[in-house]
Amino acid sequence: MLYDRLPHTVPAPIVPPMRDPAFPHRHLLGIEGLTPAEINHLLDLSDRYVASNRGQEKTSDVLKGRTTVNLFFENSTRTRTSFELAALRLGANVINMQVESSSVAKGETLIDTAVTLNAMHPDVLCVRHPDSGAVKLLADKVNCAVVNGGDGSHEHPTQALLDALTIRRRKGRLSGLLVAICGDVLHSRVARSNFLLLLTMGARVRIIAPRTLIPAQVDRMGVEVFTDMTAGLKDVDIVMMLRVQNERMKGSFIPSVREYFRFFGLDRAKLSQAKPDALIMHPGPMNRGTEIDSDVADDFERSVIREQVELGVAVRMAVLEVLAQNNRASNIGKVA
Amino acid sequence: MSVAKPGRILYRNARIVDPASGYDGPGELLTAGEDIADVGKKLFDSVPGDVQAVDCDGLVLAPGLVDMRVQIGEPGAEHKESLRSGGEAAIAGGVTTVVCLPNTNPVMDDEATLEFVARRARQAALAKVYCYGAVTKGLQGKELAEMGLLAEAGALAFTDATKAVADAQVLRRALQYAATFGLLIVQHPEEPTLAGGVMNSGEIATRMGLSGIPREAEIIMLERDMRLVAMTGGRYHAAHISTSDSVAIIAKAKDAGLKVTCDTAPFYFALNELAVGDYRTFAKLSPPLRTEDDRQAIVAGLKSGVIDAIASDHAPQDADSKRLPFPQAAFGGSGLETLLSVSLDLFHNGELSLIETLRRLTSAPADVLGLKAGRLAKGAKADLVLFDPDRGWKVIADAFHSKSKNSPFDGRPVQGQVMRTVIDGRTVFERNDLAQTGAKRAARR
Repeated sequence: MLYDRLPHTVPAPIVPPMRDPAFPHRHLLGIEGLTPAEINHLLDLSDRYVASNRGQEKTSDVLKGRTTVNLFFENSTRTRTSFELAALRLGANVINMQVESSSVAKGETLIDTAVTLNAMHPDVLCVRHPDSGAVKLLADKVNCAVVNGGDGSHEHPTQALLDALTIRRRKGRLSGLLVAICGDVLHSRVARSNFLLLLTMGARVRIIAPRTLIPAQVDRMGVEVFTDMTAGLKDVDIVMMLRVQNERMKGSFIPSVREYFRFFGLDRAKLSQAKPDALIMHPGPMNRGTEIDSDVADDFERSVIREQVELGVAVRMAVLEVLAQNNRASNIGKVA
Repeated sequence: MSVAKPGRILYRNARIVDPASGYDGPGELLTAGEDIADVGKKLFDSVPGDVQAVDCDGLVLAPGLVDMRVQIGEPGAEHKESLRSGGEAAIAGGVTTVVCLPNTNPVMDDEATLEFVARRARQAALAKVYCYGAVTKGLQGKELAEMGLLAEAGALAFTDATKAVADAQVLRRALQYAATFGLLIVQHPEEPTLAGGVMNSGEIATRMGLSGIPREAEIIMLERDMRLVAMTGGRYHAAHISTSDSVAIIAKAKDAGLKVTCDTAPFYFALNELAVGDYRTFAKLSPPLRTEDDRQAIVAGLKSGVIDAIASDHAPQDADSKRLPFPQAAFGGSGLETLLSVSLDLFHNGELSLIETLRRLTSAPADVLGLKAGRLAKGAKADLVLFDPDRGWKVIADAFHSKSKNSPFDGRPVQGQVMRTVIDGRTVFERNDLAQTGAKRAARR
């Protein structure tokens, strides 16, 4: 018997654990490669958690006895907190590891970190790293589930899922919508994950940015490229603004903040091109007066920025639940 | 080191391919001591008693390969490659002459370092090692190195290795000064201000979120350099060209009568940017792997002869330099041990004849550098490679003789394998499973 040989501290499951057939992946490293059905499955599950998060009893024991580790190689308060809260509400034990860039200087490599973590037997790792591909490298070396919490300029899948959930709840669908993603697409993992997801779900995506911030041949990925906000925002259902980092604003990509805001900042005048019920989104943290006018950002009717943060927790709960289950299924064979 | 001179050895029943003379056919080759004594269809009616005969089994006997672009970590990075490990990798790959880049530590910008390398290579007594001298002191791209003195000490030509001589005025003076002594400048053609990325710029880089190096980094530098070559009348060699436009630029310069040559590496005609997929750091090369169109243009450039030579661009990197997130990983791929086999793809795919493929690996690079190597002439040094052009094998980087295993060809099935390497008349490498060669099996049937 398989389970007779398991250490007695591990309670023998009544039903052999199996991967969630609707989302059979071991890790969530990106949106690329996911099917519409898999995305919908995660969104449906997230919807349930939105309801429970709004209720009195927020905590469940779905992940009771499990450990999740938030491994952040880049500063982040919002995303880390969101992952932490999601795990806590599922009843997991959570460890936060903030790895400063100084440990890289101390010589510990990502592989060493993976070996260290393996020894701690976590169930899920939520990782953010400044280098594209680094989370995949880590995922190849650890024996637990890995959630990409943002790698370099590559992907940030949970952000795309929470944005999709926000849109789906407000508009009732993703397919057929016209979405504009505006700003620093070149460096943005949020933009990549978002347009990959939206295109997969049958939405049309425009990206709007100065030429210096548009990645090479991005049109081949199926998006429409605009360099003029007025033209690009015409008749869109959703306006997604991206954060522009200040270090890009000192003449390397953009001459100045005021010039950027003049041509690419979202204000009432530019927004008037969009559909009257167009939603305004931003992954945060916002640079008010750089890429978005406060007047627009705080528009009670149309700005869903606060809601994005709220749904982020629900989406991460759904992801953690599915991956923890799949991880248990993958590891049973190994223990035996 | 004094080793007894080898006696007379007859290589018979060979398919002799000598690009320099244009001969490709059955024949025999006799070495006496360190030299080639004779080459011909049939040298003896009956083999004299003092001649040791080697039956080549119908395999190809060709001049040992001349690899004009190799990085060895000695001095300074012996953990990546020493002259001994690099030499062993070379002879296992059929390479009898390697020309090392000067980006050692210390840099080969003075005679002492050059002499140190020459002495250490003599001690290793493996492949013949020549060196480039630095164009500028410390490879800093500012002040000219002592090219005249370095040339006297044995530097074959001058290059700043993996860095371009980017400053136009410095390159202009370098070309002029080198021309004073009839010396060759070898450029890594890449405009550094455009080359801040980690892979070829384009859709793949965009998908992977990696910063791109546009093709124009190479194209712009070559276009500028052609003007400087025309202006100075200097001799110029472009290393490892990788784009279709580069081929066109070199072709135009040659047509205009400029003293320009170029090479490419197997990476650029056997792989394209898709090899980077899934963040494979072994495929992080400089210049980066380009598009499929570029790869095909490089093949066409080799066919037309615009690209004179193939060099391995051997850049050994230890595991710690490659087991990193892609943006942090070091550039470069190991190439010595796959140079011949991957280049033979050109022959097997019908792009080039066997003799033309070998020309780009032997006499052509030797001619660019003014070396007497790479030919089977009577009286020449007996540097030979015996290989089975059809024998299939799979590249397994872990089995490399090189200290570094960073081959982008790891796992690739290839056709053509070195069976024996001879330097100065002595067999320095022999594959001991000779009995299983295709020719033998065919003969037995």
